[in-house]
Amino acid sequence: MFGVLWSEHCSYKHSKPLLRRLPTTGPHVLMGPGENAGVVDIGDGLAAVMKIESHNHPSAVEPFQGAATGVGGILRDIFTMGARPIALMDALCFGDPGVARTQYLLGGVVGGISFYGNCVGVPTVGGAIWFDPSYTGNPLVNALCLGVAPHERIVTARASGIGNPVLLIGSATGRDGIAGASFASTELNRDSEERRPAVQVGNPFLEKLLIEACLDLVTDPDIVAMQDLGAAGLTGSASEMAEHGGCGIEIDVAWVSRREEGMTPWEVMLSESQERMLVVVRKGAEARVRALFDRWELRSDVIGRITDDGLVRVCDGAASLAEVPAKLLSGGAPEYAGVGGRGPGVGGRVTGAGEAGLVSPRPPTPDPWPPCPSDLGAVLLDLLASPNLCSRRPVFDQYDHMVQTNTVVPPGRGAAVLRVKGTSKALALGIGGNSRVCAADPRVGGAWVVAEACRNVACAGARPVALTDCLNFGDPERPHVWAALEGVVEGMREACLALGVPIISGNVSLYNEIEGESIKPTPVIGALGVIDDVERHASATLQMGQALWLIGPIEAALDYSEYAIYIHGQTDGAAPTIDLDLERRVQECVHELIADGVTSTATDVSEGGLAVSLAELALESSVGVRCDGKWVDDLAHGVLGRIDSVLFGEAPSRIIVGIAEQQASRVEQVAERWSVAAVRLGEAKGEHILVQNTLSVSLGEARARWEHALDHLSES
Amino acid sequence: MRFAVVVFPGSNCELDTIHVLSNVLGEQADLLWHQDTDLSPYDCVILPGGFAHGDYLRAGAIARFSPIMESVTRFAGDGGLVWGICNGFQVLVEAGLLPGAMMQNAGLRFVCRWVNLRVESDATPFTGGLTGGRVLRMPIAHHEGSYFVDGPTLAAMEARRQIVLRYCDSDGAITGSANPNGSISNIAAVCNEAGNVFGLMPHPERCAEPILGGTDGRLIFEAARLAASEGHRPRLAFSS
Repeated sequence: MFGVLWSEHCSYKHSKPLLRRLPTTGPHVLMGPGENAGVVDIGDGLAAVMKIESHNHPSAVEPFQGAATGVGGILRDIFTMGARPIALMDALCFGDPGVARTQYLLGGVVGGISFYGNCVGVPTVGGAIWFDPSYTGNPLVNALCLGVAPHERIVTARASGIGNPVLLIGSATGRDGIAGASFASTELNRDSEERRPAVQVGNPFLEKLLIEACLDLVTDPDIVAMQDLGAAGLTGSASEMAEHGGCGIEIDVAWVSRREEGMTPWEVMLSESQERMLVVVRKGAEARVRALFDRWELRSDVIGRITDDGLVRVCDGAASLAEVPAKLLSGGAPEYAGVGGRGPGVGGRVTGAGEAGLVSPRPPTPDPWPPCPSDLGAVLLDLLASPNLCSRRPVFDQYDHMVQTNTVVPPGRGAAVLRVKGTSKALALGIGGNSRVCAADPRVGGAWVVAEACRNVACAGARPVALTDCLNFGDPERPHVWAALEGVVEGMREACLALGVPIISGNVSLYNEIEGESIKPTPVIGALGVIDDVERHASATLQMGQALWLIGPIEAALDYSEYAIYIHGQTDGAAPTIDLDLERRVQECVHELIADGVTSTATDVSEGGLAVSLAELALESSVGVRCDGKWVDDLAHGVLGRIDSVLFGEAPSRIIVGIAEQQASRVEQVAERWSVAAVRLGEAKGEHILVQNTLSVSLGEARARWEHALDHLSES
Repeated sequence: MRFAVVVFPGSNCELDTIHVLSNVLGEQADLLWHQDTDLSPYDCVILPGGFAHGDYLRAGAIARFSPIMESVTRFAGDGGLVWGICNGFQVLVEAGLLPGAMMQNAGLRFVCRWVNLRVESDATPFTGGLTGGRVLRMPIAHHEGSYFVDGPTLAAMEARRQIVLRYCDSDGAITGSANPNGSISNIAAVCNEAGNVFGLMPHPERCAEPILGGTDGRLIFEAARLAASEGHRPRLAFSS
């Protein structure tokens, strides 16, 4: 029991001291980290419940079931709190796309998400897929779930009431997934395939019944606490419930329904069989509660009771098998102080964080860059066909993204926008990550990904209210991994403070390495935003005749850009920088333009830079883009620096908006008030992606390269 | 007007369907559990989308044995309006209330996207008022939506105008590239001989409000409502 519960996966023994540094409170926060998921107020008496979680190691050895059960697990974290899950998203990282195993993993993971999410009737409204060689042996599968509930329905995992019965609901207990939590907390190696039995098998049909039954149950006044069974199975859930409630719990394994004969008590306590919940109800209510589960054709067994001695007591009939203080099992693991050491940073800069002295040492001078290619149209086409930039439609089409009929902005058009039925509001959900910047400079990277996630929802017209984070790193006992973790958390902290958004839940996944090779530091951030009026939202779609404006600086860096790596093979460079105050002002400016109805077209300029962002807008809407005017002349005359740097370079704090031409002065006014640059790029027109005198690609040509490039990779 | 929406274990579009009936159309609509059997208060019975019984074995293969299906069969036999959406269509096919069979999509993948549909017959209670040849835009979301019938049955169905919707391009042309799942003859929706039992793979409940990007689905709901208010008498003119 200690082996699994004191594993990193369950105890966060390495990461806890760092996580305490993150801001977790704010005016909207109802419950921060510590519960199954974070809870924020979204008005109208409703609360949003959100969390992201990794399922990396299971997906590495059994991609289909690994990803499927990852989705199942994150769903349970949400409805165990009494909230109806309304949306799923995933961040997926894979290795070299040319390797056959990558294609197998991609097909399996996408298939597993599709299998589970579609069946349970929760829309998968978007997500991110990144390819980088560092994930070749250790892919990442991070699943995010968002739920909504009336405030009074929120249930916690705090057990209480001496003598109250404990019920185990759902699936019978089998031998699957035993010690999965410990498996998740060790490095992968060549023998990891043999750990396939540690991967659980998902049954989304049963999960769907559990969702409905549990949401019925939370309307019963006699429910005391609810907790899903995840890592470390019954052992984990029972001790967490007792520890959270400051009481004891007694479990009789003899009462646990089993899938197979001859299971030992140890196996019953550590099984990670999926689709199970632990419920505490008031004494005397058990018959009524069991009848409720009967109606949903779900198994329910009274397997124990709440005690007053603070002990987790396991017995098998009359025989007492274990007695351990709950506090020691759950939350009692020792904490590591960190190993110290010099990080991999190249001296990046985070500025505008509100505190002075955050500037790292000057960056080293990068190697000279290869000359700017002469055929920039060909470069754009190559980038549009590249694994990291090509259309995600072949994947999104496999996810039911419309069920529940709330999806106002579907995947592929920026942050997802979900209406909240019965109100005039909508929620925006976005995801951010950039392991290349994090590897170059962890602190800048941490700030960068928080800024990007918030920018995503700002582009939908939402005000970010909460974040959830999944920190994917290697072995924390290696000094450079620890330093990166520390740096990323510091950058995240600065960005959260600068943008005024708390982190309400999250997950840490360490030991992501194979044969001693660690993944790039990969924080993944999910952002939730609230849109007051669903009619005033924006998305990454164009209308013919719109004028396109860039809010934020036109200058960008080649270093660590998709262009640098994919076209030139250049993986290092000068230090990345981010100005968090500028970031805040750019987001505020665009939020104001959307909320005032000036624009309903907005997209952030991220991987691939300005040219790729314009091309994506054009392709998604089947409308050409024609760039002209002063900035194009400046570009051609070298006034803005290297042409490729302006077109394909990357930088934070940049958003493209589309407006009616007569709104131009409005945009200039608002931008000036927020002290941010605003440049008219051109207009939505014709059937080409055109930057006058510099680049011209027909929409047809671009579509042919962009649309199906992922297809051969995601074939199951 | 009173609609019944049947909930099988694993249905997942029942609330979406109720939402359109109650909040968009303003009609009375009830959820019925698959073990219920009394359909007497209802004018129209809808089998919603989802994964009834997990779609284990084959989509709809277990659901056809649910207690309510006997009542649905009787209700249909009496001329009542029965409507299956996506998984509901699959259940009606498995139950033998509609001809044909469903196979896995030709691409062997789940497909969720908007498609164009050509109205092939306006002579059904579910397409009344829609001119034949009109192109509708609706979402699909399924893994087993490749409709199949043998040649002679297909010919007979065509003669009786039982093919109600076909996948088409935006101009209404029936093409191979407009077929998202490999359905024979691009079939997206059919009805029984009497016309009172209707199944379609697209999801009209997902496109009945402007905020969701389309309202063509509402036309099907409106037609069903009108037919139900007229006492759901099938008005098919059979050539055979």
